[in-house]
Amino acid sequence: MANNFARLLTSKRNVGILSLVGAGSLTAGFLFNREHVTAGANVRRVYPASAEYPDLRKHNNCMASHLTPAIYAKLVDKATPNGYTLDQAIQTGVDNPGHPFIKTVGMVAGDEESYEVFAELLNPVIKERHNGYDADTMTHPTDLDSRKLTSGQFDERYVLSSRVRTGRSIRGLSLPPACTRAERREVERVVVDALAGLKGDLAGKYYSLVSMTEEEQQQLIDDHFLFDKPVSPLLTCSGMARDWPDARGIWHNNTKTFLIWINEEDHTRVISMEKGGNMKRVFDRFCSGLKEVERLIQEKGWEFMWNERLGYILTCPSNLGTGLRAGVHVKLPRLSKDPRFSKILDNLRLQKRGTGGVDTAAVGSTFDISNLDRLGQSEVQLVQTVVDGVNYLIDCEKKLEKGQDIKIPPPLKK
Amino acid sequence: MPFGNTHNNFKLNFDVDLEYPDLTKHNNHMAKVLTKDIYAKLRDKQTPSGFTLDDIIQTGVDNPGHPFIMTVGCVAGDEESYEVFKDLLDPIISDRHGGYKPTDKHKTDLNFENLKGGDDLDPNYVLSSRVRTGRSIKGYTLPPHNSRGERRAVERLSVEALNTLDGEFKGKYYPLNKMTDAEQEQLINDHFLFDKPVSPLLLAAGMARDWPDARGIWHNEAKSFLVWVNEEDHLRVISMEKGGNMKEVFRRFCVGLNRIEETFKKHNHGFMWNEHLGYVLTCPSNLGTGLRGGVHVKLPKLSTHAKFEEILTRLRLQKRGTGGVDTASVGGVFDISNADRLGSSEVEQVQLVVDGVKLMVEMEKKLEKGEAIDSMIPAQK
Repeated sequence: MANNFARLLTSKRNVGILSLVGAGSLTAGFLFNREHVTAGANVRRVYPASAEYPDLRKHNNCMASHLTPAIYAKLVDKATPNGYTLDQAIQTGVDNPGHPFIKTVGMVAGDEESYEVFAELLNPVIKERHNGYDADTMTHPTDLDSRKLTSGQFDERYVLSSRVRTGRSIRGLSLPPACTRAERREVERVVVDALAGLKGDLAGKYYSLVSMTEEEQQQLIDDHFLFDKPVSPLLTCSGMARDWPDARGIWHNNTKTFLIWINEEDHTRVISMEKGGNMKRVFDRFCSGLKEVERLIQEKGWEFMWNERLGYILTCPSNLGTGLRAGVHVKLPRLSKDPRFSKILDNLRLQKRGTGGVDTAAVGSTFDISNLDRLGQSEVQLVQTVVDGVNYLIDCEKKLEKGQDIKIPPPLKK
Repeated sequence: MPFGNTHNNFKLNFDVDLEYPDLTKHNNHMAKVLTKDIYAKLRDKQTPSGFTLDDIIQTGVDNPGHPFIMTVGCVAGDEESYEVFKDLLDPIISDRHGGYKPTDKHKTDLNFENLKGGDDLDPNYVLSSRVRTGRSIKGYTLPPHNSRGERRAVERLSVEALNTLDGEFKGKYYPLNKMTDAEQEQLINDHFLFDKPVSPLLLAAGMARDWPDARGIWHNEAKSFLVWVNEEDHLRVISMEKGGNMKEVFRRFCVGLNRIEETFKKHNHGFMWNEHLGYVLTCPSNLGTGLRGGVHVKLPKLSTHAKFEEILTRLRLQKRGTGGVDTASVGGVFDISNADRLGSSEVEQVQLVVDGVKLMVEMEKKLEKGEAIDSMIPAQK
């Protein structure tokens, strides 16, 4: 078992090292020797591209906005070294036309190389989704030094809980839309192995979805930790739920403040959270936990997917860069009814969600407030944005309590 | 989701032990048959169009099944699937179709004149009659596998063929992505409109990709002959009407099907058929005739009789609710249809429905009068 993966990893490791020293685009990685599959293998097709081009006239997602017949014709013959194709990458966007008001991304990556092989489509999508970020020319800053965060303690009369999440992918293994059962099981093995090495307040336990007991399942539900098989067609149409619940599971530390999802929408989703307003401590734990996990997998010869153009590589292009969403549940009964609320959030580069997460409604004027951006700014910068922004919102709420007027802040640079 | 051959070659880098699916909690035909040895033997194979073993079984891996209902758990991606993967599919076909052997021959009989009776089912009990089947167009891959280009070609060919029909079969095609609101409303009122599949059994097999591209409904002016294009199969052909004249429904079914087949043959695209499996369709459960002939019939007393299930089994019939498969009956009205598909002909299967329903209506009448029906219970057919 180790032999298969070691063989593949040796070649993949070169890719990682090349990009870390800034050798430019990942195309250099295609020079390595792959025994069974050639890079950029041609796809067998019977019909011309024009007969295969999807009908996107009723669609409103980023993929549909940028997939011209010309780009389709150019890319439809290509596949990544693992055999992942354009049609597979865009299937979710074809099957889910979108909503007139919400613009979904409409495509996914099947592996790290997707971002190279299909760059001609992905780069404009990334540009649209990430405020003009130009993947061809720009570099993304990674900064997990949580000591730089200032004023990270919120007024707990308003902030009920604080949370930071991101994702990490294991280099050398395909992503959830494309991974084989063997690859998915290897992701689980690699990550669980590493997590077993965590100590102190990070020490914890893994609960495999396949083998957890009824008691364990109930406890995880009560803790609001248990994730279920995806039901959103955005996810199921891209093939991420295949073979459920094989190789899926949840790990959390004994104090239940550091939690990792394995093989849900990404290889891993890493979450640091606690009740109350101590975002500083949440972010501290987030950074030290992530760094420790990275160190542990590197000991065994693995690494995270990362490059200096796109930062951390994840399944959905919307999560590139930091993949980070830092947020709070905060009570804003007066401010939320103020007609300027949306504009204030916009200018602070924040978004609101209901307390059930994305696509839910707020309950009793308690909102989930988090950063809008993911790519082009570092982790420290984004969490600072949330800290400064939430402090401003609380300040507005307090002013409104006293009958004072509030001001719309000037817009932050994107 | 069809990954195709390139991706399959990549998988061969990994040991069988790592790729073999975990089927320990599964209860479907595929899970019962697919041993690690069979998986190892078939994993490097593909059909000429690139359909692979994992493509075939994905729906069965993703849907473990129910302790009491046995789903098939696999689909075909093209005609050749049934050949290339026969080591898996033959045992499944045998399990599903009453011990049908790889050497057995299937009889096709679409001569409606061979049906005896069927025009005298009591309309006070039999509310409606319907016969459906599926057809696949030779040379094209099936819904789990086909690309947009191929699905559109199937639609084009089908509509061309259907538009040549005349007389009682003259009709019109309504593509799902172009129908007007008025047309849609009418099709819903007629109970003709099919919607994007929601069953995970179908979704996990990739049949709903690109919806509603190249999907549509064709029906004749009298609204008694209906064809679905590119839903679970290339074509689903349905003949139906209110009342109990199954004889007429079957006549129209056979005549219409034969006309359609002639037209396809003229275009050099006959239907997928062979003398072992009969008509080849996406789901192995629909091989043979692919025929489900049935009625909506009022059996409030008989359906609560202790021997109801046994009677159905002996008559080789099955019951469903009036919403179709997986629905409950409403007001004592049941959908009663043939249970078999492979190993007996169309005429034989519809004969069973006609004879069986006639008997059950007589039983219902007896029970209404407070009389016993024990002497009427038939032997196993």
